[in-house]
Amino acid sequence: MAHISASVYTSHVPAIGAALDLGKTGEDYWKPVFQGYDFAKQWEKEQKPDVVFLVFNDHATAFSLEMIPTFAIGTAAEYQPADEGWGPRPVPKVIGHPRLAAHIAQSVIQDDFDLTIVNKMDVDHGLTVPLSLVFGQVDAWPCPIIPFAVNVVQYPVPSGRRCFMLGKAIRKAIESYDEPLNVQIWGTGGMSHQLQGPRAGLINREWDNMFLDKLISDPEGLSKVPHIEYVREAGSEGIELVMWLIARGAMSDVNGGKTPTVRHRFYHVPASNTAVGHLILENN
Amino acid sequence: MSLDKPYTDVPGTTIFDADMSRMGYHLNQFCMSLMKAENRARFKANERAYLDEWPMTEEQKQAVLDRDLNRCIALGGNIYFLAKIGATDGKSFQQMAGSMTGMSEEQYRDMMVKGGRSIEGNRYTGEKK
Repeated sequence: MAHISASVYTSHVPAIGAALDLGKTGEDYWKPVFQGYDFAKQWEKEQKPDVVFLVFNDHATAFSLEMIPTFAIGTAAEYQPADEGWGPRPVPKVIGHPRLAAHIAQSVIQDDFDLTIVNKMDVDHGLTVPLSLVFGQVDAWPCPIIPFAVNVVQYPVPSGRRCFMLGKAIRKAIESYDEPLNVQIWGTGGMSHQLQGPRAGLINREWDNMFLDKLISDPEGLSKVPHIEYVREAGSEGIELVMWLIARGAMSDVNGGKTPTVRHRFYHVPASNTAVGHLILENN
Repeated sequence: MSLDKPYTDVPGTTIFDADMSRMGYHLNQFCMSLMKAENRARFKANERAYLDEWPMTEEQKQAVLDRDLNRCIALGGNIYFLAKIGATDGKSFQQMAGSMTGMSEEQYRDMMVKGGRSIEGNRYTGEKK
């Protein structure tokens, strides 16, 4: 059977993608950001996941206001990096895992989460920046990816609680798949940032670190934090952090298993307008 | 019964909810059209004429022409859509965000390098700084 070996969490700032693509990673401004991901690159070479289930959000790229799915699972064979207005990022196309994705869709919908199924979708920096940070600059991504898009653009976004429970349903689906696959689940976006209005530039280091602490040791409690606290404390765009709870809900300890090992934790301010957070939890 | 909107007292912040989305639908869809290179070229060649192809309000059109992002947001624009105008103008996300704060580009960048805008005094409208 397939199993979830680990969860990875990371911010996805577009300027990080631009810094990578324009060869600026060695600059003083960017060096500390990329150093925070040295561990992940090495660790992934040892882990060799067969599939990554990647929870991310689209930024008015694949989904305009014509359709706003709350939860959308990608079941396509492949996905192209999107042109977000600056031209597509020069990164490899994303290869999907249609069979596992279809299996997850069927299982999770029967568990009362009404997913939208997507067979054609370009993927923006929300998906490709985490891949670049964790896998580095490669000619092909090392494994298939299942993109899972969450609406965090139009309020109300799904609650932290809903996301956490969805993670549990995704775990159940993956663990009932009939091939022995090593699956990782990633939660992306955040941390504190606000990109709009006179309060733009907001960063809340203390709240971000509380979030990281609780994500590790009290995800159940963290899942009960209401939207308004994210908005007020972490900025209007900091609400992306609810996506991390999907990945956390899929870990063993919150499903009757053992406590995960914290393999890596990193926090840095700033990358452009945003606080960068990154965490790796390994199941035991 | 009216809906509970607990986020209206967050200073300097407009939450893009269903009401704002309804108001800004054509403004945001206009922004979305700038994802295509040919549309960017047509918009740049004659902004007014391009905007007139959209059923936007005059206020929305003027806010776009003025590149007044705060005004665009007050009229239903969402930053991820408005970012397409910035991309068309060759602006970074940091330049766009900074333009809404009343700070110069340099001041805003310096603030971010020093750890960003503090949360203290920025939680509630009218709160003492």
